[in-house]
Amino acid sequence: MADAAPGQVRWRCRRGMKELDVLLGRWLDRRWHRAAEPLRDDFARLLEQPDPELAAWLLHGARPADAALASVVDDILRA
Amino acid sequence: MSAYPVTDHACDVVVVGAGGAGLRATVGLAQAGFSTACVTKVFPTRSHTVAAQGGISAALGNMGEDDWRFHFYDTVKGSDWLGDQDAIAYMCREAPAAVIELEHFGLPFSRTEDGRIYQRPFGGMTTHYGKGIAQRTCAAADRTGHAMLHTLYQQSLKHDARFFIEYFALDLLMQDGACRGVLALDMATGTLHRFLAQATVLATGGYGRTYFSCTSAHTCTGDGGGMVLRAGLPLADMEFVQFHPTGIYGAGCLITEGSRGEGGVLRNSEGERFMERYAPNAKDLASRDVVSRAMTIEIREGRGVGPRKDHLLLHLEHLGADVIHKRLPGIAETAQIFAGVDVTRAPIPVLPTAHYNMGGIPCTIDGEVLTRTPAGDAVVPGLLAVGEAACVSVHGANRLGSNSLLDLVVFGRAAAAHCAKTLKPGAALPSAPKAATDAALAAFDRVRHASGTRPTASLRDEMQRAMQKDAAVFRSGASLDEGCRAVGAAFGAMAELCISDRSLVFNTDLVEALELDNLMRQALATIHSARNRTESRGAHAREDFPARDDANWLKHTLAWVDDGGAVRFDYRPVQLATRSGEVESIPPKARTY
Repeated sequence: MADAAPGQVRWRCRRGMKELDVLLGRWLDRRWHRAAEPLRDDFARLLEQPDPELAAWLLHGARPADAALASVVDDILRA
Repeated sequence: MSAYPVTDHACDVVVVGAGGAGLRATVGLAQAGFSTACVTKVFPTRSHTVAAQGGISAALGNMGEDDWRFHFYDTVKGSDWLGDQDAIAYMCREAPAAVIELEHFGLPFSRTEDGRIYQRPFGGMTTHYGKGIAQRTCAAADRTGHAMLHTLYQQSLKHDARFFIEYFALDLLMQDGACRGVLALDMATGTLHRFLAQATVLATGGYGRTYFSCTSAHTCTGDGGGMVLRAGLPLADMEFVQFHPTGIYGAGCLITEGSRGEGGVLRNSEGERFMERYAPNAKDLASRDVVSRAMTIEIREGRGVGPRKDHLLLHLEHLGADVIHKRLPGIAETAQIFAGVDVTRAPIPVLPTAHYNMGGIPCTIDGEVLTRTPAGDAVVPGLLAVGEAACVSVHGANRLGSNSLLDLVVFGRAAAAHCAKTLKPGAALPSAPKAATDAALAAFDRVRHASGTRPTASLRDEMQRAMQKDAAVFRSGASLDEGCRAVGAAFGAMAELCISDRSLVFNTDLVEALELDNLMRQALATIHSARNRTESRGAHAREDFPARDDANWLKHTLAWVDDGGAVRFDYRPVQLATRSGEVESIPPKARTY
């Protein structure tokens, strides 16, 4: 797996809530290897957001104001 | 063995874990003038405390009459009399002060119209000893846990606590029976660090991931409990694990009990609404433990669904899309995301899911870790434990909702206060423990170079499936015998562990293997303790011993697990007397709701 996600990104998918662990881990396993560099960067940026924000976007239908983050959120929900 | 340079950090107190309990201890220690290091494997505001959205209980009486003695009664009863009444009295009496303190720290509690902290009702919380319904639970909207972490982290920084983030604690450094600190791996650089301190506070949370289905975040691997067992010390009451009946199969994410309240129905592989047989009146609305147990029996008797016949189906389709979207908002999304199911057309695959560990590291009200010698209880010098990692015991055989956040802050605060009373900032540390450091490094090196045939994930899966099958809700002598064999075999198979990546920098394969060792030992403690306790009490229900047995089992289990996986037991009496003098002890009686 030459193109596996770096350990740091994988570790930072560890969150305080199970639901977020599952969704972020799923995207990493299914999408990372074919994600282009900008999308990978946006994913890493998404990981910097606090858990309640991630939960609002990934679980409760809210949209991030930042368009790039919004498209990562969409991609995670489709993964 | 590889040579590992070790960087030393001398401090007064090292706290391992930065959830609610670890941060509350850190604030108190730093405030008291101790140089305090907080070592945590994930960023503090990403600890599992985030998931505690319900709130924190305290008899403030803001919404009507309340009294901490009512709270005390509810908690003793909820614990099925296994909780220590001196500790419960302390927690409930200190609760209002602990909550007010959080308010002063800046936690944005939801308010009543006249500006007081708003309080809502919660299951099991009553007034006048079961007669009325208490409104006792304080919340910060639906993000109480996160607000608590954020507030306490800011306070810790304000008082100059030092954080070591993404440091994974490997082992306690014990010398002459006392704890001198902890060895940790800095994941970002791959370097090893020795934290030498007058006291070490374990605040590492629960070990939910011993089960195949758990609501805990991936980070809940009970690292403190694993370290304690490897140090030759016991864990207490590990057989007591709280389950929620409807976790989504595979993911563990919860489907709220409101789904059954609104008319959702559970069915087995034959399409039968089996709850009619177990609870003819309440049916699918029976209490959590009754539904969980019925589901487990259906699966055990071969009426589960799926290729492994290991789960059941929760039907909502018959309610219609309008009712589902109006009365159960969020359920459709949750089921779609985590089970790929459109709930208006198909049922949700579910199974009973591990939710909370009542057992843990035995300790006093002051947080001092206990072991047991022929002479009785003995404090382990230099070692404290707080939060879900600890067993004080305030939750006994079953925890009440909104008492866990309270446990974190009351006992995090108490541990810091105890250190302030007994230690001196800047006091000289004994010489660094060489033998313990060498042993911890050797153990780390063995895992790092493991070159067997079994990846971590495969061993973890074997353990989790055995625990789910034989140590979950349904427990009998036969199932527990089988489970002890199966979990023992999984532990033995750790000799075949294979680590694919020998690097040290953010090597998640390595860290997960180290976590698995912690989980395995606690799985053994849990299932052996469950086999050993021949009665039913709280969350521990034995088919072959359906009654509570106060004559023989009004006592705490202590379990030691050796490196060969053998488990031995001793016991501590339950503390029925209160020491406050302000509240009468409540003698054991039948627990009915």
